[in-house]
Amino acid sequence: MKDNGSNVSVTEIKGLTKRFGTLTALDCLTFRVCRGDILGLLGPNGAGKTTAIHCMLGLITPSSGSIRILGLDIGRYRRKILSRVNFSSAYTSLPSNLTVWENLIVFSRLYGLKSARKRIDMLLELFEIGETVDRLTGSLSSGQLTRLNLCKAFLNDPEILFLDEPTASLDPDIAAKVRQGLHELQRQRGLTMIYTSHNMQEVEQMCDRVIFLARGRIVMQGSPSEIIKQSKSPSLEDLFIAIARNGHLYQTVIAGEEEPCGSE
Amino acid sequence: MWLRISAIVMRYFFLHRRSVARVMEIFFWPVMNLLVWGFVTYYLKELALPKTVLFLLGSVILWDVLYRSQQGITLAITEEFWVKNIINIFISPISMGELLTAICIVGIIKSLVTTVVLGFLALFFYKFSLLEIGPGLVLFLGNLLLFGWGVGLFTMALIFRYGRAAEALIWGVPFLIQPVSAVFYPVTVLPVWLQKIAYLLPSTYVFEGMRQVLATGVTDISILGISFGLNLVYLLLGALYFNWMLRRVREMGYLSRLHLE
Ligand SMILES: Nc1ncnc2c1ncn2[C@@H]1O[C@H](COP(=O)(O)OP(=O)(O)O)[C@@H](O)[C@H]1O
Ligand SMILES: [Mg+2]
Repeated sequence: MKDNGSNVSVTEIKGLTKRFGTLTALDCLTFRVCRGDILGLLGPNGAGKTTAIHCMLGLITPSSGSIRILGLDIGRYRRKILSRVNFSSAYTSLPSNLTVWENLIVFSRLYGLKSARKRIDMLLELFEIGETVDRLTGSLSSGQLTRLNLCKAFLNDPEILFLDEPTASLDPDIAAKVRQGLHELQRQRGLTMIYTSHNMQEVEQMCDRVIFLARGRIVMQGSPSEIIKQSKSPSLEDLFIAIARNGHLYQTVIAGEEEPCGSE
Repeated sequence: MWLRISAIVMRYFFLHRRSVARVMEIFFWPVMNLLVWGFVTYYLKELALPKTVLFLLGSVILWDVLYRSQQGITLAITEEFWVKNIINIFISPISMGELLTAICIVGIIKSLVTTVVLGFLALFFYKFSLLEIGPGLVLFLGNLLLFGWGVGLFTMALIFRYGRAAEALIWGVPFLIQPVSAVFYPVTVLPVWLQKIAYLLPSTYVFEGMRQVLATGVTDISILGISFGLNLVYLLLGALYFNWMLRRVREMGYLSRLHLE
């Protein structure tokens, strides 16, 4: 485990609850993320990972609870926060009928960068897709698209990067390259990352801390090695499967460790 | 602020620069429309209805302004849904005001281009000059653009709510407005109850006003004033509705469900 020499929390979630009609997608989540940390949000499909990230980005208004990003309340300072964070996901893409270059120019302006040429070149190189710069975005392979999405996500030099299954459609070789690129930027900039993935090896390798969600609740959290030890599972993957199948059994594991959740 | 607005304007410029289909949208349909109606009017001229000829040509061109204006802003947003870019835009620091401003600027440019082209063609083929409408032309066009945006705000709100299922509305709504707005005939031919509705639409005043100018050479400013007043009401209502809808979209998490559609 690495020590970032900082425990300033850049994300503070308290009692975050989101109901969609009768379904409780997030049930009283409380956690903090420190500057420079990489947090993995894990859990089976439908656990609430995407919903949690979208709440933190102001795409979804929570039913109750508070979300502070970079010390600011997301409900009141959404645009201020959004200019300092970024997001990329396998489920969004950049307009396919613009070239790579055009897309990156448009988004750099959206983030207030007047001349972004150097930065764009640097990012394209870093993610090894420099040769696609004049191609139509729609003609890229899925691996190249994912990396282009990441380039977009780094345009504004974000302090926090939210990633929703960023490596979902990549072959192992490209996935490794992407991880390497992410790590490099993370080290250089002291970047905080919050991300979801179904690849447990990747999680073990990347994350300082993980939070396991099941049915909208936090069932476990800690560093990957701590969690493995605590749960007596042979690996994160085995633990994942156990939680996916019997999430309810794990609800007590962290009970003593978290702040009590205030009801609103 | 202008940097973000210009970003969106650029985005649509890039899009149109390359896409034949989208350039067609600006030129092809309006031109075809004009040609068909132009020849109909020629036929009518033979039946000795010279004024009607002018009216119809003016109507075709002005109607297109309203139609493009509404389409312009609705299609722009639908485009972002189609290409799964809407979330990228929503998590950038652009405000809704900036986004709408940019889309309206794109809309004005597109409408201007189409109007100028149609104007020249009408002159060339049918010896009809839009300028016969006189300096009031700018006010006529302005009112139509505004009404297009007002209607566009409503349709756009529905697209946020219902996603692609609402797409039919983009094309349908203008055709709901057309018969009531007395585009091709005077309001008086409508049944009385429909006339009442017609006078609630800013577009009706524009088309009535246009016929009046072409017939008598007099621009009725009061009629344009009423149109403008109504437009402000619709724009305000449209903006309130759009805003309300966005709040609901955030509450219901519709943007998070897009990939499931
Ligand atoms: N906009 C929405 N409306 C209704 N239900 C939703 C919405 N978004 C997510 N859900 C539901 O909330 C739960 C959590 O979803 P999600 O956050 O996407 O899970 P994950 O990303 O962990 O797979 C799921 O049961 C999903 O069906
Ligand atoms: Mg998800």
